[in-house]
Amino acid sequence: MPVRQVGEHQVWRLRTPRQALLTWLGWLLGLIVVAVCFRFVSGQTMWVFVWDAGAQAADLASRMVPPEWSYARRLWVPLWDTVNIATFGTLIALVVSVPVAFLAARNTTPHPVFRQAALVIIVFSRSVNSLIWALLLVSVLGPGLLAGIIAIALRSIGFVSKLLFEAIEEINPRPIEALAATGAQGGQVLGYGVVPQIMPAFAGISVYRWDINIRESTVLGLVGAGGIGLQLDASIGELQWARASVIFVMILVLVVFSEWVSARVRQSIK
Amino acid sequence: MALIGPSGAGKSTLIRCINRLIEPTSGSIIVDGEDITRLNGPALRRARRRIGMIFQEHALVDRLTVMENVLSGQLGYVGFWRSQLRRFPQPTIDRAFEILERVGIVDYVDKRADQLSGGQRQRVGIARALLQDPQLLLVDEPTASLDPKTSRQVMRLLLGLATEHQLTAVINIHDVPLAAMFVPRIVGLKQGEIVFDGDPKRLTPEVLTTVYGEENWEPERGGDDDEEDDGDAGSDEFGLPETAAVNGAADEAANEQETSR
Amino acid sequence: MTTGSRRWAPAPFIRNPFLRWGLILGAVGYLVLAGASIDVNWVRVYQGMDRARTLFAGFLQPDFTSRWSFIYTGILESLTMAVLATVLGILLSIPFCFGAARNIAPLPIYLFCRAFIAISRSFQEIVIAIFFVVMVGFGPLAGVLTLAFATIGFLGKLLAEDIEDIDERQLEAIRATGGSWLQSMGFGVLPQIMPRFIGLSVYRLDINFRESSVIGIVGAGGIGGALNTSISRYEYSTTAAIILVIVALVLVAEYFSGVIRARVQ
Repeated sequence: MPVRQVGEHQVWRLRTPRQALLTWLGWLLGLIVVAVCFRFVSGQTMWVFVWDAGAQAADLASRMVPPEWSYARRLWVPLWDTVNIATFGTLIALVVSVPVAFLAARNTTPHPVFRQAALVIIVFSRSVNSLIWALLLVSVLGPGLLAGIIAIALRSIGFVSKLLFEAIEEINPRPIEALAATGAQGGQVLGYGVVPQIMPAFAGISVYRWDINIRESTVLGLVGAGGIGLQLDASIGELQWARASVIFVMILVLVVFSEWVSARVRQSIK
Repeated sequence: MALIGPSGAGKSTLIRCINRLIEPTSGSIIVDGEDITRLNGPALRRARRRIGMIFQEHALVDRLTVMENVLSGQLGYVGFWRSQLRRFPQPTIDRAFEILERVGIVDYVDKRADQLSGGQRQRVGIARALLQDPQLLLVDEPTASLDPKTSRQVMRLLLGLATEHQLTAVINIHDVPLAAMFVPRIVGLKQGEIVFDGDPKRLTPEVLTTVYGEENWEPERGGDDDEEDDGDAGSDEFGLPETAAVNGAADEAANEQETSR
Repeated sequence: MTTGSRRWAPAPFIRNPFLRWGLILGAVGYLVLAGASIDVNWVRVYQGMDRARTLFAGFLQPDFTSRWSFIYTGILESLTMAVLATVLGILLSIPFCFGAARNIAPLPIYLFCRAFIAISRSFQEIVIAIFFVVMVGFGPLAGVLTLAFATIGFLGKLLAEDIEDIDERQLEAIRATGGSWLQSMGFGVLPQIMPRFIGLSVYRLDINFRESSVIGIVGAGGIGGALNTSISRYEYSTTAAIILVIVALVLVAEYFSGVIRARVQ
């Protein structure tokens, strides 16, 4: 905490003059960046529509309420599909993620080459949103649940593998050493020493990802990959906002349910 | 045999070289007529089966039960799938129970390892090593994290088992009086060289200085000595009893080890 | 005395046999039912293999040039959207995170803020984007508003939890000196949550950039629009180029985000 002598008094400031200047410059720079961004965005915006936003919102609200509850009858199967997309996608991802994670972890990888390859897989998987994967897959495989399941799986592999290999790298190495010292084979050392140590983490990560996948699955239908998103796309396309609001309510209920399940399971793991 | 010496003298390294948890940079290690340093993967595993190791920090798998930890001593003899399904041969299970009773921990058979106390965990580690039916026991600081009473119980147990099963035991230990009390042969290491090898009775202050460096080895008087001062079987200058506590020396002649640097 | 033969088997993971078998049967039942209900048009999949080959070929020879202007505009839109949305989101989330902290806020405000945050978090960004596109028209402004709204939910919840976890005594001490409400927040609460606040904000900037590449699919600006167009035209080389650019930018963003968070904490 800098203290300076000014005349007869000692003056305390939070920052040294240099720090203060740098901080001020930092904020100025930030402000400039934001202003530039705003100009750009503004340039792409049709402001006439924006001024209208209040009216549009009110109009939208009036069309959405009351919801067309009778539409709900047709939503149960799509909802079931959505849950299946998320569940099967997560399961496939789990099966693939385990070997990838073992290849990526420094302490279990057979060779640095494998580790790099695994890391590349993880990076690609994590950087591309499941909706983008779904777009590609629908284009290639055609619309339907399969595209959705694979899209979810592709995105989840990166997520699960990354967290899993971090968990593997953090295990206690002493039991591993001890197991090797008894003359156990590599596979047995993994099975008795590594797997029990990462089990809680694996279970937690899996359920966590399943919960996120439920959310993501609800919208995959917007690009044709099955689930309740298809109905959402149809209702919005036909401007049937009262039906859309029923869909939103069902999505909300589903998400609340999956979050509850996820929290309970992760609680019981501790 | 007990290995004593200051920190960094290489005691831990030496012990781990014997089963090649650490690779020696040069020289050879001969156990039961076989040069360990020359063995490849499967042969090394077979050799390790005959060498039981007991660790300072117990090195148990926390989330597995006592029985599973003990059975892992037999992993070298059981195939991968059978071991994963926990289908060990019945004689192995019988032996495991026997050993658990011998070390005094059979009541905890299905408890998870992380629910046990330090002394109990140490016993599980000992049981695991014994289930290997080893010829050689490597023990790395068995009493480092134990209280004085448990330490003596563990040392007594170790040396008793070594006698019963006629094992050679190499014990890395920092507590010299404890070692001298139980173990018939002491080897002192300093900076990687053997500076003493013989009977604990020959551990004079001069010898200890050679091993550890200059120090006043007289027992410090003035009030609270530690609880070791129970027997008065005639102690010499550092409170070591005149007679060695274990009769029937472990059979060193069958195993010879040389390291040359 | 010999102990004789004793059997041992590992204890099952779930002790209660009813629960165990119930779960196993339930799981198997679910998999069978769900598996049967998944309707895959294998003929279409088979026919799609050709296109898959074209897609892979596209990745081997990504085309950055033919649609460069679209890509360029799209990336700029995504970047600027992410920056603006994060700044706006941070500013707006501050009142919400205080409002959603049980130890700071009175009950009605607490309930309102928690409800708002819950709604923000329950819906995917793309759904929110649809709303904003309806309200303010196509273009990056809708994207900015979407991501800002999502940011409020994200930061609001995490920071509210942080605030609820603070060391109350520090806050009490400031209050005891006679500080106003605002001062006690500033000196008692803010310093405790600052490191995490900065860390989460930087993390959210990273996430917002990722999301901004997607919401363009429904017209909310960003590279998503160009991506969607290239796919619908089967211009897979362009698609590959766009995806590679997205991956590269995400990596850069993640790197910087990691560096900043390490320095702050």
